[in-house]
Amino acid sequence: MTVSFPARIDPDISARVVALAETVRAAGYPGVRDVVPSYHAVTVYLDPIRTDLDSLWPALEEAAGAPLESGRPQRDIVVPVVYGGDAGRDLAEVARFAGLSPDEGIRRHTQRRYRVYMLGFLAGFPYMGIVDPRIAIPRRATPRPWVVAGSVGIAGAQTGIYPTTAPGGWHLIGRATVEPFDPRRDPPCPWRPGDVVTFESVRAGAGR
Amino acid sequence: MTIRVVDPGLLTTVQDGGRWGSQSLGVPVAGPMDEVSHSLANVVVGNPPDRATLEVTLVGPALEFLAGMTFAVTGAEFEMRLDDTPVQMGVAHRAGCGSTLRFGSRGAGARAYVGVAGGIDVPLVLGSRSTDLASGFGGLDGRRLREGDQLAVGPRVGRAPRRVSLRPPFPLPEGGSRIRAIAALDDDDPGPRCGDAALAGFTTTRFTLAAESNRMGYRLCGTPVALADETPVLSAATPFGTVQVPPSGHPILLMADRQTTGGYAKIATVISADLPVAGQLGPGDWIRFELCDRRSAVAALIAQQQTLMRVTRCPAKL
Repeated sequence: MTVSFPARIDPDISARVVALAETVRAAGYPGVRDVVPSYHAVTVYLDPIRTDLDSLWPALEEAAGAPLESGRPQRDIVVPVVYGGDAGRDLAEVARFAGLSPDEGIRRHTQRRYRVYMLGFLAGFPYMGIVDPRIAIPRRATPRPWVVAGSVGIAGAQTGIYPTTAPGGWHLIGRATVEPFDPRRDPPCPWRPGDVVTFESVRAGAGR
Repeated sequence: MTIRVVDPGLLTTVQDGGRWGSQSLGVPVAGPMDEVSHSLANVVVGNPPDRATLEVTLVGPALEFLAGMTFAVTGAEFEMRLDDTPVQMGVAHRAGCGSTLRFGSRGAGARAYVGVAGGIDVPLVLGSRSTDLASGFGGLDGRRLREGDQLAVGPRVGRAPRRVSLRPPFPLPEGGSRIRAIAALDDDDPGPRCGDAALAGFTTTRFTLAAESNRMGYRLCGTPVALADETPVLSAATPFGTVQVPPSGHPILLMADRQTTGGYAKIATVISADLPVAGQLGPGDWIRFELCDRRSAVAALIAQQQTLMRVTRCPAKL
């Protein structure tokens, strides 16, 4: 069962999505197995045998229409990144795309605050935005067979962090010095939908 | 109590009821491809239905029991022997210490489940023992079984093994299957839909599962589905059974190891009651989709659950 909002990448819509997902989770409706927020929708997985569908749907609609509480706490997370070099092999290409120096490209990436809209693709992969339009380079024409865990990439208006080594098509500009995902840690990843992430440029060897 | 893997077979993994509750962190559910047969393998040996079993794919393993224990195999039909004795599907057997269960030739279906009294005991990761092959955790070190692996078996819980034969309550596919699905146009999920013309083509095509089909999804070969609109889609949640259509027009049926979210256009979703049958298809098998409405989908699931409750409540001794 999915509650959809207008299909846009929009912080206000995202705030509604995150609030609705939290409300559904906190309500503990019988039979609800999982709650998955995305850019513009909340999908509720349920067991139709245990769930009273006739009462759940109106409850979701009501929660979706409820006004947002103002002053909801927002978590700020700083992610240190080693830009360029081996870890960010596409930094020069991103700079060329933008018509800027690599340093200016880094500055433009670090000066924005990015909302975590959703996690997906890989366990712990955050879809964040909105990237400065000047450096918002589209996906690579051919994905790389392997992108190293921790790599920070750009795909259009989105920026993300590869939590595990995997195939990937985003342009890579650096590597985060935090462990993005560890299933044995609680919580397993530092970010969740609704958080605000800023990147900080550090030199190789810092952190970790 | 331990089981030693003498021969892993083609693809044998540890699966329980699935890793529910962490999809908002991008963590896939995994779990059995055919949840009904998985549950029956547990029930027949006296376990609760969601204990960890071994999912066997196409070519079965050889397993040595390093202690006496009770086991059962359900799902796809295999010829099996416990040392020299033929083993019947769906029935609880007592394996002596040092005996070896060997899978032989396969009949209908693609995946069988080995249940043992007490369940396979691997560490819980995010609340589940299921193997997540893509993320590399869960099950035994996040991977398929290998020769020489040793699997711990948990302490016996629940009831005594049943003196009955529990077989899947649906016909196992022999070369292919008709699968019921709800058209994406009729559901409330987000994202653009494939149009009516695409849907007509989709339901009249006999698709074949491509060789690269796996636990994440089935790649379907057939007449390509014509997409009306190829604008990029905002990623959203992708339930088990979602049929996506990438720009190539060749549909992908998302299965147990699917990613939590996806951005391709969606054409239909397989109804929950038919997911176990879909999970019994293998590469080269055909699949045809029949449209069904939401009400009949829920009714089919309830009927299936009631059948399961009847068979699982049957007495421990006949």
